[in-house]
Order: sequence, then C-alpha cells, then structure tokens
Amino acid sequence: MTKLLRTTECGLYCPQGDFYVDPWRAVPRAVVTHAHSDHARWGSESYLAAREGEGIFRLRLGHETNFDFVEYGEVRTINGVRVSLHPAGHMTGAAQVRIEYQGEVCVVSGDYKLEADPTCRAFEPVKCHTFVTESTFGLPIYRWTPGAEIFAEINAWWRSNQEQGKASLLYGYTVGKAQRLLAGIDSSIGPIFGHGAIINACEAYRACDVKLPEVQRVMSVEKGFDWSRTLVIAPPSANGTPWMRRFGRLSTGMASGWMRVRGIRRRKAVDRGFVLSDHVDWSSMLTAIHETGAETVWVTHGYVSQVVEHLKKIGLQAAALATQFGTEEDDDVGVEGDEVAT
Amino acid sequence: MKRFAELYTTLDQTTKTGEKIAALAMYFRQASPEDAAWAVYFLCGRKIRQLVPTKLLREWSAERAGIEGWLFDECYEVVGDLAETMTLILPPAESAEDLPLNQWLTERLLPLRTTDVEQKRAVVEQAWAELDEATRFVFHKIITGSFRVGVSRGLVVRGLAQASGIEADVLSHRLMGDWEPTAVLFANWVNPDTHDAGISRPYPFFLAHPLETEPTELGAPQDWQAEWKWDGIRAQLIRREGQTFIWSRGEDLTTDRFPELIELAAQLPDGVVLDGEIVGYRDGEILPFAAMQRRIGRKQLGKKILSDVPVALIAFDLLELEGVDCRQQSLTERQTQLEQVIAGTLLGKPAVAPDHGFLLSSAHRFASWEELAALRQTSREQHAEGLMLKRLSSPYRVGRPRGDWWKWKIEPYTVDAVLIYAQRGHGKRASLYTDYTFAVWDDGKLVPFAKAYSGLTDAEIAKVDRYVRQHTLEKFGPVRSVTPELVFELAFENISESNRHKSGVAVRFPRIARWREDLKIEDADSLETIRAMIRAQPQAAGTA
Repeated sequence: MTKLLRTTECGLYCPQGDFYVDPWRAVPRAVVTHAHSDHARWGSESYLAAREGEGIFRLRLGHETNFDFVEYGEVRTINGVRVSLHPAGHMTGAAQVRIEYQGEVCVVSGDYKLEADPTCRAFEPVKCHTFVTESTFGLPIYRWTPGAEIFAEINAWWRSNQEQGKASLLYGYTVGKAQRLLAGIDSSIGPIFGHGAIINACEAYRACDVKLPEVQRVMSVEKGFDWSRTLVIAPPSANGTPWMRRFGRLSTGMASGWMRVRGIRRRKAVDRGFVLSDHVDWSSMLTAIHETGAETVWVTHGYVSQVVEHLKKIGLQAAALATQFGTEEDDDVGVEGDEVAT
Repeated sequence: MKRFAELYTTLDQTTKTGEKIAALAMYFRQASPEDAAWAVYFLCGRKIRQLVPTKLLREWSAERAGIEGWLFDECYEVVGDLAETMTLILPPAESAEDLPLNQWLTERLLPLRTTDVEQKRAVVEQAWAELDEATRFVFHKIITGSFRVGVSRGLVVRGLAQASGIEADVLSHRLMGDWEPTAVLFANWVNPDTHDAGISRPYPFFLAHPLETEPTELGAPQDWQAEWKWDGIRAQLIRREGQTFIWSRGEDLTTDRFPELIELAAQLPDGVVLDGEIVGYRDGEILPFAAMQRRIGRKQLGKKILSDVPVALIAFDLLELEGVDCRQQSLTERQTQLEQVIAGTLLGKPAVAPDHGFLLSSAHRFASWEELAALRQTSREQHAEGLMLKRLSSPYRVGRPRGDWWKWKIEPYTVDAVLIYAQRGHGKRASLYTDYTFAVWDDGKLVPFAKAYSGLTDAEIAKVDRYVRQHTLEKFGPVRSVTPELVFELAFENISESNRHKSGVAVRFPRIARWREDLKIEDADSLETIRAMIRAQPQAAGTA
C-alpha cells in the first residue's frame, strides 16, 4: 500500500507534500479534481486546479479565492512531491491528479469518463502504481450507449414533441451535464431556453472557451409566450414544481446514467429517460484501471464493495476508500449505494 | 416481436390513458391476427408456464456477460427485477432478425416445454443474439412468466374497440373465459357477425368503487338498498347445457375448487348465471377469511379440509336466465328472479335446500342514511367488511363505473408499531428500502408482527430509506435490521390467531396508515392489546 496518500478527517492527504486532494473541510492547501461542489469545497487557503476550468472554478468558489491554475501535464513541485493534472473527461476543467515521490506514482482520478465530450479534453490514461477510482456506476448493468445515439434520441424526441405541439423540458445537472447537452443537441431544431441557474453556468463555460448554442432565459419572455417548439434545459430539482406550469403542454425528459434502470426511471416520473452519464460505466472503468497499469486500486463513492471484490478476483490489490464524495448525478435521482454524501 | 416490444415501451412510458389506448389501437391495426391474439393474451395478464428455470437463466446470462454469480446477484439486488437484470448485463445483439411474436411463441418457445436443457439453451442464446434491448426485456418477461404492463383488460378492450369498430362491451364479453390465442380466435373477436358464446363464458364483473363522500350525497334512501359486504371470493356460477362453471374475479376457472357447489348447482335450471361471494360456511355461520385462505392454499382438497371449511355461495345477482342475458334489467327485477331461481320455483324445479351451500344476500331497505350508518356499525358482528350500496334501478354494468354501486367498508383496525427490519423494494421502488417489518411490545421486547409495503408518500419513503441506511444494525442478505426508533400506525382489515406467525397473530391487508412522528417507541402498542382485539371479536355470525 502506498504511503503517499492517506485518509484524514479533512479528506485525502499527501503527508510528503502536505496537501489535500478534494478535501471536504477547509485546509491550507487543496488540489481539486473538478468544480462539482462535493469535490471543490469552500474555505481552503489555496487551490491548485486545471486552467481549462478556470471560469467554472471561479463561479463556484468565488473570484477572491486564491487559485493556482496549471495546464494539463504541467508539473508543480510541492515540498519535493511532483504534482500534475491530466484530463479526466468528466467535465470542463476536470483533472486526474498525478502525484510522484521518490519514483512512486499515485493517480487520483476524481470523477471521469472515457467517452468523447465536446465540452472537455478527453480522458488520458496515466501510468501509476496506485490508482484511485470512483465507482458510481460500478456494476455490469451500467453500459453506456454511444453519446451520438443518445443525442439522436433526444433530437427525435424534441422534434416529435414539436409535432404534437408540446414543449420539451429536459432535466440535467446544472454544471456539466446541462452544457454537455447543449453542446450535443441539434440547435437548428428550435429555440433553446434555460433555467436561470443553468444560464449562469453557461456563462462560466463560455469564459472557458466552450462553444455553446444560444440559450435564452426562461424568465425573459412575456406572459402568453408559445413554448410549443422550444427545448428547455432545467435542473432535475425543478421537476414537479410550479415553475414548470408555465410551459403548458409538455413532455419531460431526464439525462442521467441512472436512467438505465427502469425502476429509477419510473420513480422520477419523467416521460423519457436518456442514458447519458459523465461517469465511467462498468467496462470503461475496468479499461481505465487496466490502462494505468496500477497494481493497487482504491475505490471511492458508488458500488465500492462490489468493485473491490471484483478487482481482487482479477488479481489486483484493491481496497475501499471512505470518502465524503457524492456524485452530482445522485442529486438527480436520490443516492444509490450505502455511503451517503453529507 | 420488435413491434410488440415497442408497444410495451410506449405503454410503459406513459401514464395517460388516451395515449395508451391510441398505442394499443395502432398496434392492433398493424399487427397480423396471429400476433394480435398473442398480444391480447399477454396484455390481459395471461401467462405461459415458465419455460426455462430461473436458475439456469441466471447462470447462462451471467456466463454470456462474462461475470460471476455473486456479481450477478449484486446487480439483481440493485435492479430488483430478474428480466431487467439479464437484459442490462448481456452484451448487445449481433444480428437484427425480427421473427413475429406468434412465431416466437409457437415455433420456438412453446416447444421448449418438452425439450431438454441443451435445446432450451440454444433457443435462449439465439434470442440473445437476435433481440435488441427493449425486445429482449419483453422476451425475458415472457419466458419467466412475469410479463405485465400498466394496462387493464378494460384498456386493451378499448384499444381493440378503437381498432375494430366493435363496441367495447361486446369485446369485453368475447374476451372472457378460457381461450387459446390463434388467428381464428382474433378474427372472431373482431367479426361483427360472430355470435358464439362458449358455454363456459362468464360476463365481465360489475365492481364497486369505495364510497368517498358521505352517503347522504347519494340522494334519496328509498332509491337504494344495502347488502353486507362479505370477505370471500367474488365469483360467477354458470349453469349451461347441464354443466357448471365457476369463475373467480381474477377470471380463473375455479370450478374444481368447490365440489360442494358443483353438486348443488346440478339442481339449478339450465341457462343461469349467478354472481356472488363464495365464503367459508359451517353450521349456519360464516367463517373468517383466514379459514378460507387455508382452503385456497391447498393443492389437494382432502376430506378434512372439506369438512373443516365447507363453502357457500352468497348469491346477490342474476346475469342470465333461461339462456338470455338479463343484465339490462333493474337490480330489483334481477333480484326478484334470483330469489325465484334459488328457491327453485321459477322453472318448477325442486327447491335447493336452504342453509346448504346457496344463500341469498339479504337486501336491506332503510328510511334514512342514519339508520344505515347504525347498521354498518354492526358489520363486524356479521363477519362482514361493511356494506354494499346499490341503486335499485341499476343495470348490471361492466367494470368499475361510478354511480350505481358503492362499497362502504368499516373503519380498519389500527395499531402503532415500530419499524425493525427493512428490505429493498421491487420494480418502481427497486433500490429503495420500502418493504418493512413492524414490531409491537411483548414482555419488554419488540416482537415482529406484520409486514407492510404501502401507504407512505414518495417523500416519506425517501426519508425512511435514508433512516434505514444510516441506522442499520445488521444485514441479513437483503434485509437490514435498524435501530428501533420510528413508529407507524398500521391499519388492517381483520385479525386472527395463527400458529404460523411468531407473534401468534395474523392480520389481513396490513398497510401503513400514517407515520407517527409524534410517538416514541415506548408509545407503541403491545401484543396484549392485539390479543384483546381478537377476544373482542364477535364469535358467531348468522347470515342475516
């Protein structure tokens, strides 16, 4: 087992470098993998993060925060420990943290996916001795269909709603999923609107040079507006609230990896579930682990015990790593697994 | 079969009745008669016997997916549905063959009943190689005998009516009874000229809605009558061409379960259909439903159970007389003739011995709703669940329309009990802890006494689910014991002693009435309170 990382009450800690990765309490020096709130938390004295996500980190943690932004691959030496960030493919600015000390290498992947995403750099495998992986969708039932096919489904759904005179209300997490949806759908089909929270996040994304189609604010139109041709992107928490009444006749959809399971899809009571995730599925998780060449794998948030057991059976050293990470997709549907993010 | 799977997906994705009917009608218009007959078969909830043992399906699918048995089990626990778990883990199909639904059934699946394991496996593997995910799911549901989708028989009939132009009531009647799905049969269903009522065919049941308002809103008391609502098995008894058939409400032909009624029915005139409730009945008394349940549970009806729990049919309606459908007559007319049939006078037949198998439901007339409310309060003394209210002028309708028949049940028993075990639910509730075991106090200890699955709102379920995860004491397979802290009010219809239950009591239809967040576990009820409820039950019950 590596001595480069250990868990403390503040989070994952590198004693040689005296820094934390994605700490859940305020610490002097934090290295953060991405801008979702369970990974990039308030209050630390300084943050090392990927330049690609600067605008989003600043939106999330405030402009006054003390940031050190680095390019992917650029090395910072912290107390003799070499630290660099590498694309994780999860969202704009998401990074794996590579930690090297006296020839030993650990990689903390944060959240990651292998599939192409126009809003961020593709995941790059990094060779290491110890790999820390998430396991949000770490069961063989989770197998993603290529994004292009899912977007074809979404486009077809939007068109069909237009023909029936219905607005299309599509739920996706505010930061990350919503922008991936916007970057992937066919914006020539009709006008696109967004919930206020999503519009703000889109501005941060544009500050990161991510190309997004025009999104109008839902609140910007006059009463009596005809919504029947529009696509509206909203946070999942908007489902079932009075806010959605304004759209008149509508069809609702939700984009999340959880939509793969019928029971969860039905529980969310949306008309359509689109299986689109920013996390690895079972087989791409195993591929990623294999490509790192790691002998030891630490497993965090998700189906931890199942993934650990499987990795042991295929000959790796594996252990559960207790963290307080949640998953933004949990917010979509209610937490799965036994660990509860607080 | 792909078209059928698409229909399934559409029905599964919408909760709107209009969209469901439209999807059904569209399918029936496009499908071949052979496929349509099979589709109706499955949509109406009929099942083919399981063709391949579940254990083998698990093994084969895990093997094809390249995962071990324990990992399959983990997946199953999360998904909560075997057919779906297999669908999700299997690798994508290799070809896009699309054999029609009826050919899948008649050429590939039904022959599996008599084939060996190797041939069964070959057909299953072929399905996995050919079918896309949506179709595969439906295929799994069919071969495991667990196909169901959110449509009632009534909706299927309306879809078929829209597609064929035949009236829904006519179709509804044609679809009843025992039939095998064939093209000829489907042609008969949608053929306006066909008028062949199979001699065993029952009528669609007329069902009552629960009364949700005060009975005074029903209008003048003199337009109504009340009957006891018995807790038994709703059934139609058919006597045609010298033969007797008994259909239960689930539309199972249950004739052979009630030999004593068959014997008596031989005395009925031909061309008669009775509607009533079959109850346990001995020495002039109606037995509690628990006794009846014991009898239903038996595969073989031995001498002992037949003498312990003899049954009677309490007849309350007449649907056919002298071979003619009389459902459009008023309730009063039908019941007058029913009395005559039972008394054996109408057609000059000898009288059926009273108090011996065929009983008449007594119709109470009343001058005021207050008078009726007082009568209802005596339901438990009668071993009845409450009252049925029926409009005197009402015809015998189809399905569960509002207006003419209402059930007015008595308030349930309630007990405050403590949540001690939780298990994950299935289907829509998969992966949430929704199936609970509750305990009451006995000698300073909490003893489990009832399980309940329903009654909470989604928000409450989410809250309890979180509690369970955070307060787990031990795990026994899928079951978790939790710190006893939450108290719920459970409601149930009936209660009896039982030596099959640890607590010594069995309750009927337990459900969660409400979450008593105001109570501490010390405030929960004790087993002694429950035993007192049993003692307070009236012992005897004449049939009035």
